Amino acid sequence: MYRYDEFDQALVTQRAKQFARQVERRLAGELTEDQFLPLRLKNGLYLQLHAYMLRINVPYGVLSSRQLRKLAHIARTYDKDYGHWTTRQNMQFNWIRLEDMPEILLELASVEMHGIQSSGNCIRNTTADEYAGVAADEVEDPRVYCEIIRQWSSLHPEFSYLPRKFKIAVTGSDNDRAAVKVHDIGLRLYRNEAGEAGFEVFVGGGLGRTPFVGESIRAFLPTRDLLSYCEAILRIYNQLGRRDNKYKARIKILVHEMGLDEFGRQVEEEWERIREGALTLPDEEIERIRTHFEPPPYESLPAESAAYLAKRTQNQDFATWADQQLADHKQPGYAIVNVSCTPIGRAPGDISSGQMEVMADLADRFSFGELRVTHNQNLVLTDVRQEDVFTLWEALISAGLATANHGLISDTICCPGLDYCSLANARSIPLAEKLSARVADTSRQQEIGEIYVNMSGCINACGHHHVGNIGIVGVDKKNSELYQLMLGGSAEADASLGKILGPGFDEDGIIDAIERIVDAYVSLREDGERFIETYRRLGPAPFKEAAYDGTTQGR
Amino acid sequence: MALLKGGKSVDDAWQRIDGDEVLPETGPVVVDLSRWQQDRESLIARADAVGVRLQSDDDPESLAGDLDHLTLIALDFPGFKDGRAYSSARVLRERHAFKGELRAVGDVLLEHLLFMHRCGFDAFEIQSDDPERDWQIAVDDFDVWYQPTADGRPTALQRRSS
Ligand code: SF4
Repeated sequence: MYRYDEFDQALVTQRAKQFARQVERRLAGELTEDQFLPLRLKNGLYLQLHAYMLRINVPYGVLSSRQLRKLAHIARTYDKDYGHWTTRQNMQFNWIRLEDMPEILLELASVEMHGIQSSGNCIRNTTADEYAGVAADEVEDPRVYCEIIRQWSSLHPEFSYLPRKFKIAVTGSDNDRAAVKVHDIGLRLYRNEAGEAGFEVFVGGGLGRTPFVGESIRAFLPTRDLLSYCEAILRIYNQLGRRDNKYKARIKILVHEMGLDEFGRQVEEEWERIREGALTLPDEEIERIRTHFEPPPYESLPAESAAYLAKRTQNQDFATWADQQLADHKQPGYAIVNVSCTPIGRAPGDISSGQMEVMADLADRFSFGELRVTHNQNLVLTDVRQEDVFTLWEALISAGLATANHGLISDTICCPGLDYCSLANARSIPLAEKLSARVADTSRQQEIGEIYVNMSGCINACGHHHVGNIGIVGVDKKNSELYQLMLGGSAEADASLGKILGPGFDEDGIIDAIERIVDAYVSLREDGERFIETYRRLGPAPFKEAAYDGTTQGR
Repeated sequence: MALLKGGKSVDDAWQRIDGDEVLPETGPVVVDLSRWQQDRESLIARADAVGVRLQSDDDPESLAGDLDHLTLIALDFPGFKDGRAYSSARVLRERHAFKGELRAVGDVLLEHLLFMHRCGFDAFEIQSDDPERDWQIAVDDFDVWYQPTADGRPTALQRRSS
């Protein structure tokens, strides 16, 4: 993974000191809350319903065991002994005191971490495919370019007071695991016919109140021009993006109102002016950064481990878990291991400090000391020898981290909702817990197969409900919690937005409705068809009939 | 309101002319964009220096052909969260090589000085009891930068390869 050099380290330490001064100025009354607000946001500090919430960047989801131990320490010392993985691959603590912030930031800086620009109207943490560098289907490693973007966007003097937040995602594989089409800028890294690496650039995707799937603004951008092109997009957006209404301030609205062609024309015009300038990436710098992402010292192993296969036949529970949680590794004899932080009946993405320490130890023992955080709020050990998988599994069982639900219905994405968030209309965590308790049985879940359920507590869509195969959103109806159901969303390469099925449901009603929809899918699907495929083939009608049939009426 | 320039509090010789206000006989004046466009010839003919004040939604390109006549361009921050003038400043400095004074006016605080300076501002009408102290604090905050701008501060990349 990328390790800071003296410059990167100096910047993060200086930032921690700067924020200590700003906190001091705030506590002394030299800054009003209004003036302080954007400063704390740019360091990841929100004021939530009950306390401050601190969001810490995990750059493109890559985390070392040392960093994870530090997060465990912070959870234990400054929070209620647990933390929460977010859908943008970051860590969130929900019970932070303002007075502790200077100390926390210095602790984080000591392990090359920070909350810089994890909130506020600026360029946020760039996200990537959680299997970057190890996926069998990868064309190019997106982390190299994520790191380049991370540096360029950190403390960008021009783009720190944008109309609204700005999110960039990079995928290095055609199977998009980074949901690039629902980002302000999405980058698909590929090689053109001449064999040169470059990006297809998507712009104007996003969820929230007005969801859009991003559109391609440039078919091929040479890698050396990455930053000048991003700077051109950001400059047009900073100058022309709407500032009169915060719900219309994202770049997607600008692109929509200007039209993709006119927006693209202005970007290209600006890019022509600056493309050969100081932002052009020298090959040596790309190479310098690439050396940080060299593969770890793999052993040469047979493609399949006999010991692993034997354990699978001896132990049915292990085989069931492995079927669900393992993904193909490009290196023979190794496996990518998904570790669920969304156990049955519990809030998606929560992790205790004890579990963080266990995961850090397991990463050291089995995966070169590195982990990934996924946008599904889980963890990945990317480089595990197949022959170690069984021992790893046993350790995960004792830590309560061996749930086998990767990509299954109980592996929900969900936002903090009414339990923490002041904007929420409805609770989302308890709903996710209820749904997963309802479908707890693993073999039933595996029979149902891949299905993504995403939940948000309000239309701001932090739980990405528009791109869930099944999406749930809390709406405000006469002061009671009401949930609306959407079907047909997808965040993958063929991204699509879900459509509202019909009238909303109460908490129990929606669980029943989902169950009936899933039953309908199972009886209607053709061989090997995933939920999303069946839905696309048949349209909403049969699912609507199923959802509104039965005792609990929608209302 | 103090004027901060080159790290020092200085007297402000400029008179701000709002809308169609009568111009003083002598002395440097700074006018709105619309006034500039309307009285361009007579303003150029003045013996003393002329500047233009741009609102945050004024397009800096509208001054592109006039920069030789202008000694000062003031860019307004109606609220510090409105960051358009950061881009306007870079457009004037970097795209059009404006050499005159680029002044930040409006909602300007210590916390913004450094980014403004990086974008090309060299004068600040700041709300502060002690602008020189504020300047010192602000410029001492960071000495590492990733972004090349026209301010001449070396980037991390340049320092890495030197
Ligand atoms: S979707 Fe709404 S309720 Fe959920 S975290 Fe976002 S703002 Fe809060």
